[in-house]
Amino acid sequence: MAHFDIGYRRCLAPDGRPLEALPDLAHDAETLIGLYRAMVRTRTFDAKAVALQRTGRLGTFASSLGQEAVPVGIASAMCAEDVLLPSYREHGAQLWRGVTPLELFLYWGGDERGSDFSGPRQDFPCCVPVGSHAPHAAGVALAFKLRRERRVAVAIFGDGATSKGDVAEALNIAGVWQLPAVFVVTNNQWAISVPRRRQSAAETLAQKAVAAGIPGEQVDGNDVIAVRQAAAAALERARTGGGASLIEAVTYRLADHTTADDASRYRDDAEVSRHWPEEPLIRLRAYLAKIGRWTKDDEERLLAATAAEIDAAASAYLATEPQPPESMFDYTFARLPTDLSGQRAQALAPVPATGPEPMTAR
Amino acid sequence: MVEITLIQAVTLALARAMEEDPRVLVLGEDVGADGGVFRATDGLLARFGAERVLDTPLAEAAIAGLSIGLAAQGFRPVAEIQFTGFIYPAIDQLVNHASRLRTRTRGRITCPMVLRSPSGGGVHAPEHHSESPEAMFAHIPGLRVVIPSSPRRAYGMLLAAIRDADPVVFLEPTRLYRASREDVADDGAGLPLDRCFVLREGTDTTLIAWGGMVREALAAADALAQEGVSAAVIDVATLKPLDAETIVASVGKTGRCVIAQEAPLTGGFAGEIAARLAERGLMTLLAPIERVAGYDTVMPLPRLEHLYLPNAARIAAAALRAMAYA
Repeated sequence: MAHFDIGYRRCLAPDGRPLEALPDLAHDAETLIGLYRAMVRTRTFDAKAVALQRTGRLGTFASSLGQEAVPVGIASAMCAEDVLLPSYREHGAQLWRGVTPLELFLYWGGDERGSDFSGPRQDFPCCVPVGSHAPHAAGVALAFKLRRERRVAVAIFGDGATSKGDVAEALNIAGVWQLPAVFVVTNNQWAISVPRRRQSAAETLAQKAVAAGIPGEQVDGNDVIAVRQAAAAALERARTGGGASLIEAVTYRLADHTTADDASRYRDDAEVSRHWPEEPLIRLRAYLAKIGRWTKDDEERLLAATAAEIDAAASAYLATEPQPPESMFDYTFARLPTDLSGQRAQALAPVPATGPEPMTAR
Repeated sequence: MVEITLIQAVTLALARAMEEDPRVLVLGEDVGADGGVFRATDGLLARFGAERVLDTPLAEAAIAGLSIGLAAQGFRPVAEIQFTGFIYPAIDQLVNHASRLRTRTRGRITCPMVLRSPSGGGVHAPEHHSESPEAMFAHIPGLRVVIPSSPRRAYGMLLAAIRDADPVVFLEPTRLYRASREDVADDGAGLPLDRCFVLREGTDTTLIAWGGMVREALAAADALAQEGVSAAVIDVATLKPLDAETIVASVGKTGRCVIAQEAPLTGGFAGEIAARLAERGLMTLLAPIERVAGYDTVMPLPRLEHLYLPNAARIAAAALRAMAYA
């Protein structure tokens, strides 16, 4: 009979108190400050994006408010040559890896150039169809394994994605082929309106790893030290031939699903309020203050600098002209087929002003 | 030069591609030791090893998804989906990812992959093994959809598909796998993936077909010749991107056409060809466009299959209907 245990990793209590001897990475205050800055930068980006959307200057946007420790903790443990395959709420990881705020604004503002990352050229763009990028991570990892490269593919998706066949197929293949991949479930408790308890009868989502024959663990997703430590262990295992892992980062979605959503239709404000004290920024800031490495002045300087950077990126985004119409056609194939060139010419031709009046809807 | 079947031409092209380009991999269910259920990958495992011929777990979405990840990383995966009846889980990957990664990233990440699958009926196969879903794929922007109908075209078009910079769905007509033999030179020459093949010139009518229907169209042309009707035969071969020029030019000369497809009538690719002819060749038509297709019913099990599938007689009858117009 098979037995399994799912571990749970947490280093800091919500008030910033260390629960045990902290891992080595936490002994370097500069590392922790770097993680804190990245989480603040992510939250500042989110806030600006929501503000732009609310004023009609950005498309529908998915905020990562309250779960910044997951993308930042994961990405900070990755090497530059690894490949990130994000879902749509991982701007924190993308920013860490060198995707610019301008690129992110462009993407969410409806411009494909936002996914032509100048930084991490091999990272995948956001994946909107939930969980469908998990098999790509297996494919990228297979490429690394076949070329004997010490690189890892990292896919991040949500709790809802664990119900999908794509994710099960990817975990299974990554297990049976011992692929250098790390799969991260950002369990933020809500798949739009469906709470975690209605998503799966499994006690943890990390145990989905058990069926795939790979290690799985839960981690406090609001504790960036724990997330980073778990990611570092999984990445190291993958990099050294130990195969794939699954990390369930348990966090909470403080925001609506997207700017098009109204979470008050399906969850109590009281529930959201209860989770605010556990959010990841407070926790790390409290710890840094406790060890004498973060002051009110530091905080103010960081907020001002981050706001200036994000505001400048937003201005640059708003000043960016849309792409020319031919761009719709010019990336469909490597070479434009003759059959499509006719449609391209049609799209570029001016619509004649004369002729019969256009029909109107009745 | 040797006379080989269409399935052997597929194997020959795969081996050639793997020989000339180390980035080419073959993956799918039972493609390794078994050599594929139709033997398309026969001998490849022994020749190229388990790192280039990968037996995957039984997971069609993942086969397509793995291919996307591999292609994004510079490999040239050629994935086999065992039958088109099992290809539907992979369609999400094709629609949402493979076909649009180039567009989404403005060319930063591309997806040079081939998804091969046996397609069509006529071999008395079990349920879900005989359908012709090509029009679904042709509706997806960013995909090429190729259906060879002879050993030579299978060889040249598969090589071209593997070398192409974008994703290709390569549908192999099951009923033609071993139906005939042809001399195929293993010279590595590809065939264009944006052109129809005019198999026979004619003056009275144009028979337009692809896949398993090409052989029926050729037989119909023979029968029509007995009746004194000269029929041109066009193998569309690449549905997407469509070579409308060749079709419009031929019908412009003959003034009549029959479009034959195995797939159900409604929403089928014959409708697209008919629309192109209506848009660009209406004034050259001497008779209504005839479509000969499967019915809008579920594909019957083998006992009734012959009543469902269009054949040379139905194609010839449609051509004669058209001839009855002035």
